[in-house]
Amino acid sequence: MTPSIIRFEQVGKTYPARRGTPDVAALSGVDLAVPEGAIVGVIGRSGAGKSTLIRLVNGLEQASSGRIIVDGIDITALSESGLRQARRSIGMIFQHFNLLARRTAYENVALPLEIAGVGAREIRARVEPLLDLVGLADKRDRYPAELSGGQKQRVGIARALATRPRVLLSDEATSALDPETTNQILGLLRRVNAELNLTVLLITHEMGVIKSVADRVAVLDGGRIVEDGATYEVFARPRHATTRSFISAVTGATLPPYVAGRLKPEPEGAGEALIRITFTGTHATDPVLSRVSRLLSVDLNIIQAQVDEIAGHPFGVIVVGIPNEATTISAVLNAVQRLDLGAEVLGYV
Amino acid sequence: MFDFLTPSMIDLLVQATQATLFMVAVAGVIGTLIGLPLGVFLATSRAGELFAAPWLNHALGLLVNAARSTPFIILVVAIIPFTRLIAGTSIGTNAAIVPLTVAAAPFIARLIEAAIREVDQGLVEAARAMGASPLQIVWKVLLPEALPAITLALTLAVVSLIGYSAMVGAVGGGGLGDLGIRFGYQRFMPEVMATVVIVLILLVQAVQSIGDLLARRLDKRSRRG
Repeated sequence: MTPSIIRFEQVGKTYPARRGTPDVAALSGVDLAVPEGAIVGVIGRSGAGKSTLIRLVNGLEQASSGRIIVDGIDITALSESGLRQARRSIGMIFQHFNLLARRTAYENVALPLEIAGVGAREIRARVEPLLDLVGLADKRDRYPAELSGGQKQRVGIARALATRPRVLLSDEATSALDPETTNQILGLLRRVNAELNLTVLLITHEMGVIKSVADRVAVLDGGRIVEDGATYEVFARPRHATTRSFISAVTGATLPPYVAGRLKPEPEGAGEALIRITFTGTHATDPVLSRVSRLLSVDLNIIQAQVDEIAGHPFGVIVVGIPNEATTISAVLNAVQRLDLGAEVLGYV
Repeated sequence: MFDFLTPSMIDLLVQATQATLFMVAVAGVIGTLIGLPLGVFLATSRAGELFAAPWLNHALGLLVNAARSTPFIILVVAIIPFTRLIAGTSIGTNAAIVPLTVAAAPFIARLIEAAIREVDQGLVEAARAMGASPLQIVWKVLLPEALPAITLALTLAVVSLIGYSAMVGAVGGGGLGDLGIRFGYQRFMPEVMATVVIVLILLVQAVQSIGDLLARRLDKRSRRG
């Protein structure tokens, strides 16, 4: 496995008590490794500790316990001036872009270089190619107020790349954008990730973002990482309830209301059993349903189906209804599982 | 109707206007030199802020409030010894600059503090993430981003100073206020008083218009560019 460029080791963050409230633990016992060159997503609901987690990486917040190693340097042990130096090799983009309103696109991208004490000629040599890279060469002298949300985030990305960082932190960078713009920005992130071998750590509350860019995902719930792995694996075999609910939001694994309302956990006389089949791996594109139907002479009633792509692999979820007979159910489950696909009984209607 | 405007009266008016402008300009500049850094400090030194020094922040805040809550006319009288120390006298235009400055500095500090606090904290965070030092954040982010608001704040300060400068006229400070009181009130020439008021109104209008225009030019938040 590639070495980690960011490593959280048993990291905890506690906000001290205020008058009338006890200490608040935002994060506890967090272990997380971000392989070099990867795009790693951390997903969680609001209040799960995502913001705190990403701000620990560049020392905008201080850990209460544990260590955070970024590119070989223990961030938690640095002095304020050492931290400032380290931050120059860690880029960051934000949900609300955080561009200076009184600086043009060009001047915004130049800011981190000015801060690092880079000379004017060198600044020009670096800023112009970056504006080209993000496709904003023609907007170089525009002020943020004259740019769309997507364009502002492109300026944000160019600015974050100005000091040639090895790591990019993305703090809900697409949460304020519409779906189409979100896709464009995610595409740009993937491109800079590939072209510049830039490691990206992003936090989001949208599984769609994880699905389309992240190689690996960590699920944060109540300040702890409850699940962590390759994105495709996590989608195919989620283990934690929080993960399942995030996934169901994007894979259509939630049943239509007219079915969900009648669903019972135990069979009641005749009727149908609902089976969820998850298509992953090599058999994801096989004509499984017709094969099972022909083989077992069972009528499969498709309740819901969706085929998608996750981290570049095909991924499908189909919910079928079959006659509620114990032998039929076990035969279908067996046949499907023999093909290395996931199958589980959802309930009975 | 305008026969009170004899050449010598016009001369007096011009001189008084010049004296007022002089007092306001000097007090405004010195007041800004003191008030601007003080305001920046007040806006950045609470607990957890860039130059966190909560106790000093609190102490300076109290001092500023004390100066701001003292009625100006009382302030003028109360600091006469200090005025003598600085200006060598307590009467005349130069002497009037001292209480005007003492009143303007804390006022400007509070206005600047408010302008700086209006700057989006996200920008400060972004600058910190770039590795900016606290001073760099002040110079490159807070002051430039607050510039339109600071311009309006200083405009308000100058307008207030014009009003105050008329008040020092009542205690022998020279300028338009002095002229209005001496001729208009003490010599029963209401038309002189009216003329003084009109000149003051014109001055305030001019300052306000210039300030508004400048602030609009500096503000890049609207699409008009």
